[in-house]
Amino acid sequence: MAGRDSNFRNMVITLFLVTFVAAAALGLVYEFTKEPIKLAKLKAQSEAIEKVLPSFEQLGETYKVAAENGKDTIEIFPAFRGNELVGCAVKTFTNNGYGGFISIMAGIDNSGNFSGYEVLEHAETPGLGSKMNEWFKSEEKNGQSVIGKNPESTSFEVSKDGGDIDAITASTITSRAFLDAMRRAYKAYEEQDDLNTGSAGQ
Amino acid sequence: MNQWKNFSKGFIKENPVFVLLLGMCPTLGVTSSAINGLGMGLATTFVLVMSNIVVSLIKKQIPDKVRIPSFIVIIATFVTIVELVMEAYIPSLFKSLGLFIPLIVVNCIVLGRAEAFASKNNLVSSIVDGFGIGFGFSFALVLLGGIRELLGSGKLFSITIYPENYVTLLFVLAPGAFIVLGYLIAIINRLKKD
Repeated sequence: MAGRDSNFRNMVITLFLVTFVAAAALGLVYEFTKEPIKLAKLKAQSEAIEKVLPSFEQLGETYKVAAENGKDTIEIFPAFRGNELVGCAVKTFTNNGYGGFISIMAGIDNSGNFSGYEVLEHAETPGLGSKMNEWFKSEEKNGQSVIGKNPESTSFEVSKDGGDIDAITASTITSRAFLDAMRRAYKAYEEQDDLNTGSAGQ
Repeated sequence: MNQWKNFSKGFIKENPVFVLLLGMCPTLGVTSSAINGLGMGLATTFVLVMSNIVVSLIKKQIPDKVRIPSFIVIIATFVTIVELVMEAYIPSLFKSLGLFIPLIVVNCIVLGRAEAFASKNNLVSSIVDGFGIGFGFSFALVLLGGIRELLGSGKLFSITIYPENYVTLLFVLAPGAFIVLGYLIAIINRLKKD
């Protein structure tokens, strides 16, 4: 390789130029993709909300609730048809998955039961824990669905731990994490509900 | 060198996965399905071709002692571009490849080609080499991902081939990656002997 002389000046100039051009190129691409990335994320989110709730016309103001670890936030999206509240979508999470973080959009209807859920983000084992997006909606076995249930009337623990929900076969850790996220969603929803009725009463 | 030979060497003779055994981390990590393998392969191909182009263009300007840092900056730039563009326009693929996209930076195949080929050859040869090695890598990942998906979840490119009751789950898990890769390398070695 017939490169230029490796003296100090040449090296500094080369590295400066290479990094400068790289930074400029990245800045340009970042500016170009900023909007599409934001739109793609919003689109994924609103699609998930539509899937988990009964049909609605528009979304109300988003509430943010700080999670108990003080780091993450749970977002609540109330959905209305006309002026009537049809339910809330709750973006919840857990850090206890087999692959760590799991993010779930859970829908809670007016009667306080889960009307649906969509897993937004997860790193569970393909073929095992990754089944959670179908498993807890399926009525195949009696105890496996969470739809139409809520943590107050049903114990949201896997049946192995004495609860009422059947875990995914061979994925107890994922199932526990999933139910943890759903409980967290319900708790946030309840707290928000109390706050709302409280302020309305005054 | 004959350009066709230069291109086709990436498939069998110098296949980065089966023969050179480079880039094992993404190879084993993302190939739980054929489509993941294809996405990873094409992303790597893009980075390979672009970094080969740039490196072969500026090879004369780079002092020897700082060539590795310069190459890495160039490669990292293209990887980040791929990552941003993929997140913006193909979010589903971005989600399933996730962590492995930034890892292309440290994929030995890319730096290896920049250092061993593009910094010594002209522009056209470097582009051809980038495509050859990149497609060879993609071919290996799709083959590996396809076999694992077929055995482990009864599907191929997400189309169900046979019912899930008969699958061997092991193949989509980590050990399956090693087992399938081992057999494929053995077969390729046997083929190369002839």
